[in-house]
Amino acid sequence: MEAIRTEKVGRLFKARRGTKEVRALAEIDLIVPPGEIFGLLGPNGAGKTTLIKIFSTLLLPTEGKAYVLGYDVETQFRELRWHISMVSGGETSGYGLLTVREQLWMFSQFHGIPTKTARRRIDELLEVVGLTEWADTRIYNLSTGMRQKMNLVRSLLSDPEVLFLDEPTLGLDVEVARDVRGYLVEWMKEGERTILLTTHYMAEADQLCDQIAIIHLGRVLTVGTPEELKRQAGFRERYRIEVDGVADPALLRSFGPVDTVSMDGGARLTVTLDRERGSGELIRVVGDLAGVRSFTREEPSLEDAFIALTGRGLEDLPPQE
Amino acid sequence: MIDNRPGPLRHGLQTVLARAYPRVVGANREPSWVFFEVTLPLLATVALVMVYRALEAPARFEGYVILGGAMTAFWLNTIWNMAAQFRWEKENGNLELYLASPAGLMWILTGMALGGSFSTSLRAAAVITLGAVVFDVPFVWSGWPQALLILLITLSALYGVGMALSSLFLKFGRNAEQGISSLMEPVFLLSGAYFPVRALGLGAAVAGTLIPMTLGMDALRQVLLSGDAFELLAWPIEVLLLIVYAVVVMLIARWALKRMEHAAKVEGRLTLRWQ
Repeated sequence: MEAIRTEKVGRLFKARRGTKEVRALAEIDLIVPPGEIFGLLGPNGAGKTTLIKIFSTLLLPTEGKAYVLGYDVETQFRELRWHISMVSGGETSGYGLLTVREQLWMFSQFHGIPTKTARRRIDELLEVVGLTEWADTRIYNLSTGMRQKMNLVRSLLSDPEVLFLDEPTLGLDVEVARDVRGYLVEWMKEGERTILLTTHYMAEADQLCDQIAIIHLGRVLTVGTPEELKRQAGFRERYRIEVDGVADPALLRSFGPVDTVSMDGGARLTVTLDRERGSGELIRVVGDLAGVRSFTREEPSLEDAFIALTGRGLEDLPPQE
Repeated sequence: MIDNRPGPLRHGLQTVLARAYPRVVGANREPSWVFFEVTLPLLATVALVMVYRALEAPARFEGYVILGGAMTAFWLNTIWNMAAQFRWEKENGNLELYLASPAGLMWILTGMALGGSFSTSLRAAAVITLGAVVFDVPFVWSGWPQALLILLITLSALYGVGMALSSLFLKFGRNAEQGISSLMEPVFLLSGAYFPVRALGLGAAVAGTLIPMTLGMDALRQVLLSGDAFELLAWPIEVLLLIVYAVVVMLIARWALKRMEHAAKVEGRLTLRWQ
């Protein structure tokens, strides 16, 4: 059984006083197998959060059907809520006067966890995310990063089968974001679990996700593994070449396999080749032109694939109105 | 997923205690609330007692004010810490987490009520103590067991109203908050918070019984103050009516919360925090 399945899911927000009607999602067909970290990648306003709210039973689709662990989010949401959990980036939930431990205990009770079990799991998870020494600190004294780690612990207390993470590393510094990602990978190894992750950090999606759906203006543009997406986009190999002398780009442009050549300071070249074409001949030609000092193959990035699919970079895409 | 899922009642009680916890603990950690929630409201009660004193009214009228002061604390708690609380919970993202958890909203609201009634009871106790010690109100001390029973039943009905009003918030968002807050003054008038409700005339007094506080206060005055010739109904009948009221309003609240949660999910009011 799929962890998540949607059939032509759509979501229309009707116009209210002073607002326009908004089509947030249209004809979303997704299948997320169990045991995967599945990414939803897209710019702000693409519909990622709307979709995650539908899966977490907080919003109903206006068209189509959505199932999580086989439960219909519309009619079987009460049962489904025992199996899922969620965290949003920049989340400020809870009560500032409570300590970290108290806050986590409170939420554990909503999930029916016995107090003794909850206390043990809270201590274990705080240890894992490095918050043990802050366990008795009041929430309003926590930094953003510590707070987000606490939110992550909160979401894991009930050991959910499906975890929804909506921009979980938003606003975190590099080190904390890396910790969070590292822990998620470890958590996935502990059992049959599924994570649905929304993000607009390309590197995060590339690093974490088994599959990624690129979503824009409420529609899924494509789905695949990061490698598949890069291939789907017709990615071409790119090389950075440093030469001793000033090479003449015009000569390289006349060279068959080379697609683009750019000059940087007169001694560095960026050359992009079709994947099928060899690089050996390129080295020979460049060497003939002006002695090669270094020759580096650049790995294709998800951003390259995203640009190829959407025609623009993630940050350049305008949010949906 | 946790191995042994608790039964509905146990899970409900877990939820109630967990949601009550921040209110009880928060009250202890923020001592300033004693000034704002207890001391300042006492001044309004004192002012009204002084009015009756200046008029040389019988001492039991001061008792009306004292009991009214105690009960209005619970009404304010119902309005601000139950019904309107959902807006704050939504802005903070708590509402999403409550709803995405398996905990029922009725249990969460019961937890809010329990936690809220902790600090409110202190305020009510302070008002009663003020009346007894400073103003020498002639309370009938043998009536306290009945008074506690009446208070418990009245609070059940009152917080049931709070739960039902909470559901309005899910439906109408910020507009509901304005609507709910506009109920404050009419309720003070119709419930006879600071005077015997019969003074409004029989018709208005009967209309006032739509508010559980009206019946509750009238019953409390009968068992705690002697010589009251203004009762609306005999207190045992009022208690029976309050029990029926509490049951009906809880059922309405349960139904309304389900309906409103569904409507809010349809309209997207649970998740669009900034709209």
